[in-house]
Amino acid sequence: MQRRVFVKSGALALVTMGLSPSFLRRTAFGAELTRAANGKTLICLFQRGAADALNLIVPHGEQAYYALRPSIAIPRPSARAAGAALDLDGFFGLHPALAPLKPLYDRKLLAPIHAVGSPSATRSHFDAQDYMETATPDRKGTPDGWLNRLLAVQGTCDECKTPPSAFRGVSMSAQTPRSMQGAAETVAMNSIEQFTIRAAGGQAERLEALYRTGSADLVHGAGREMFEAVEMLRAANPQRYQPRNGAEYPRTEFGRRLLQIAQLIKANVGMEIAFADIGGWDTHVNQGGSTGQLANRLDDFARSIAALVTDLGDRMDDVVILTMSEFGRMARENGNRGTDHGHAGAMFAIGTAVQGGKVHGRWPGLEREQLFEQRDLALTTDFRAVFAEVAGGHLGAGRLDTIFPGYGERRSDWIGLL
Amino acid sequence: MRLARFSGFLFLALTAVALPAQQMEREQAADQQILHALNRLAFGPRPGDVQKVRAMGLDQWIEQQLHPERIDDSAFERKFPRYSTFGQPENALLRQYAEAQRDRRQIRADSGASLSREDSIALRQRAQQLRAVVTDLQSAKVARAVASERQLQEVMTDFWFNHFNVFIRKGGPQPFYMRSYEEGIRQRALGNFRDLLGFVAKSPAMLFYLDNARSMADSGRPTLVPMRAMGRRRTGLNENYGRELLELHTLGVDGGYTQQDVIEVARALTGWTIRPPQEGGGFVFRPIMHDAAPKIVLGRQLRGGRGIEDGEDVLDIAARHPSTARFIATKLARRFVSDTPSTALIDRAAAVFTRTDGDIREVVRAIIQSPEFFAASSYRSKVKSPFEVVVSAARALGAEPDATPRTAGAIALLGQPLYAHQAPNGYPETGDAWINTGSILNRINFGLAAAAGRLPGVSATSSSFAPEVAAAPRAQQVDAVVSALLGGSVSPDTRAILLSGDHPMISSGAVERAAAERAAPEDSEGDMMAPPQGRRRPGAAGRNAVMGRPGQIPRLEGFAQIVGLALGSPEFQRR
Repeated sequence: MQRRVFVKSGALALVTMGLSPSFLRRTAFGAELTRAANGKTLICLFQRGAADALNLIVPHGEQAYYALRPSIAIPRPSARAAGAALDLDGFFGLHPALAPLKPLYDRKLLAPIHAVGSPSATRSHFDAQDYMETATPDRKGTPDGWLNRLLAVQGTCDECKTPPSAFRGVSMSAQTPRSMQGAAETVAMNSIEQFTIRAAGGQAERLEALYRTGSADLVHGAGREMFEAVEMLRAANPQRYQPRNGAEYPRTEFGRRLLQIAQLIKANVGMEIAFADIGGWDTHVNQGGSTGQLANRLDDFARSIAALVTDLGDRMDDVVILTMSEFGRMARENGNRGTDHGHAGAMFAIGTAVQGGKVHGRWPGLEREQLFEQRDLALTTDFRAVFAEVAGGHLGAGRLDTIFPGYGERRSDWIGLL
Repeated sequence: MRLARFSGFLFLALTAVALPAQQMEREQAADQQILHALNRLAFGPRPGDVQKVRAMGLDQWIEQQLHPERIDDSAFERKFPRYSTFGQPENALLRQYAEAQRDRRQIRADSGASLSREDSIALRQRAQQLRAVVTDLQSAKVARAVASERQLQEVMTDFWFNHFNVFIRKGGPQPFYMRSYEEGIRQRALGNFRDLLGFVAKSPAMLFYLDNARSMADSGRPTLVPMRAMGRRRTGLNENYGRELLELHTLGVDGGYTQQDVIEVARALTGWTIRPPQEGGGFVFRPIMHDAAPKIVLGRQLRGGRGIEDGEDVLDIAARHPSTARFIATKLARRFVSDTPSTALIDRAAAVFTRTDGDIREVVRAIIQSPEFFAASSYRSKVKSPFEVVVSAARALGAEPDATPRTAGAIALLGQPLYAHQAPNGYPETGDAWINTGSILNRINFGLAAAAGRLPGVSATSSSFAPEVAAAPRAQQVDAVVSALLGGSVSPDTRAILLSGDHPMISSGAVERAAAERAAPEDSEGDMMAPPQGRRRPGAAGRNAVMGRPGQIPRLEGFAQIVGLALGSPEFQRR
């Protein structure tokens, strides 16, 4: 309590000295911060390593699926068989490890999207992640990420009277992911509790001064943003918010990150976009079926997301969660009971605003002639159509042609997700 | 802004075409050149290094660094800590691992789902042993970078390891393939590229990481020896290594190959695999797995019916491809000169690569001796990676090699866990990927912890690090710190801030804040710089003594305060 008074007086003291960058106004009035600019938040969750879409959203109505995957297919839904797919609509089912997400589907909060991905034919993780995060397939030179462009476009709005929050865009990661890199200010952190200067005796102020003098280069600029952000977070104190509604996050890295995203949302630090990623999806060898390697990853993934949705409660009215992975995996299992790099994949969109309870996207089929290059699930929805619909429809972003260069708005391609 | 910093290269690049390198003026002043070389060809200066290089002559020192075998490193070898797992050969550890795996299966089979107390203790001990293999490797890498005299060799080892990245946490026996992998890279770090590429291609670390060890001829293709003799299920082709060999190791992603080339390369490399761990691992070519049908790789025919020569030919073709010369030249220029090296510099370095058939020493020499290397705009233009931040701080403070996992743990907390970049592309090579609000914060906190004496083997007190200024006025102490940590030159503002708390940019709330902090110390969070390994290890009792109580915030005064400021300064983040 007392600390906060000093923070404010420290900041105000600087204001009176005529050194009043926008951050100090923000900090000084931190207590009055409200929800994000228009109250909406997008949470992007990236499954790095190419998640096996066909075993996430199982096409149990396809005979070819079982022919292609003799040792790793998920059994058809059945009340009796353990490890069977959880039926969604008589044709698709969820992997059994995604059971925590099934109630969200039943409550029409969750929309699985199938055969979605990048039109690029690359099977390189790095290229495909790059293309998805920049939202410019087959164009490597794009300097910024699509989420950053989204923030940059939103930040130019004339009606926004309050200065933008330093936490508009938050990556729960050690490094800023490609999606978030660019001109708009974003913050990357491993955890909320680490986001403070650990020094006493005026050392922090001296360090801040080192970054406020000198040239405005990459390092100085990032340092200045950091000091603003530290002050603001200190004032907002998100960690006083504990999980509600009986939400239980898995005690995993991913679970912890989603818990902290919930805390930032509840602390009203003005977060418009949150980003977290989860690895371990590159299942070339011994992928497993209903149990095993992939099932273990899905367990962490699904329980973390389900806890986040439960925890946020009616804040989900303003939140959309979008999951993505750089591409899917080969339709046929490989010689090591795993799957090699493929083409189209799957996404999940979750939120009150989402048209859930239905599997979205046109299903291309798994017969040999229906496969992309006769080996992978074919693409029927460009991932940018999903991104654009969420950006435009949920966050109310204009200038979609700037956010998606070379693609634009393409409202006709939207799949009715919202 | 970043563009402006490098615009000078354009001019230099044009003039460089006209003049041989040795006639070019070096733009940097003589002592700046020495510092620059120590920051780029080494992991930053240790106390006394500048004087040593000056006495020897910079060009002489560079020449010596280019020939690590001529440098006596026995002093370092004597200081090299006795990491427990380094006491045993790697293949012995691998055998133990294989035995442990077998025991575990046996225990599970015997006892069903539930384990006896003794068994679970035994399994946990094995897991701890495994962790020690990882932390010992990480600590040894840091120790070499901090204290070996063969600095360029370590820089190049780091460079090539990152180029041929493997992920220590892939699982299975991966940790037990790493020591010999890195040592093999170290031996070839300034050698011939084709030789290095061949070493990597046959290393269990890479064969396991990118799955080539499991790749074999697809069904329907003839194998060199009939497959039925193998007596087990025939598995198929795995393209993983074939793809990264072209995309990341040789030609580069835009180097002009197709998906078909990836498949053909993978086919050529079938049968390149690893002996079972219980036999000590090691490379083996298995004709029974090898696809014996003809192949076409990058336009070159490989006739059918051959064995290991297929793979050797692929490595020859890839290593001598013009795209490879360019790709490697670009990456080296980016490592040594700038994030955006000029086309002219890349052209010259690539030409040397081609002319010398991939002599890495000569390519590096061409880059170091280029006018671009000693250009004024090159000075402090590279942002340090977390590894470089921590190692350069330890070196500047005269640290001894760390026998504990803590220094490596600090590097992990800054975002670069060693040997643990999951993807084969390695850690980023450019500053923009390393610098963001969170990373700057972590770097500052690292500097504060180091100044508070929490980094093992490092003392930031004036009595040990700079005894000559122990009783001197603050101005002289500032000079000593600036000289040791910031290359001797800082802006007047920076100097004023280091000198006192009276700079106009320092908030007047600082004093009040300090008072509040004294009244109510932080108690919520753990010690920021305590490595995760340390937390898990109940035996790391020494941690508290060195790293301070969890939640304790260092209160820096006097000399240590100046060191903490310098380590956290923007200048120290660059090299």
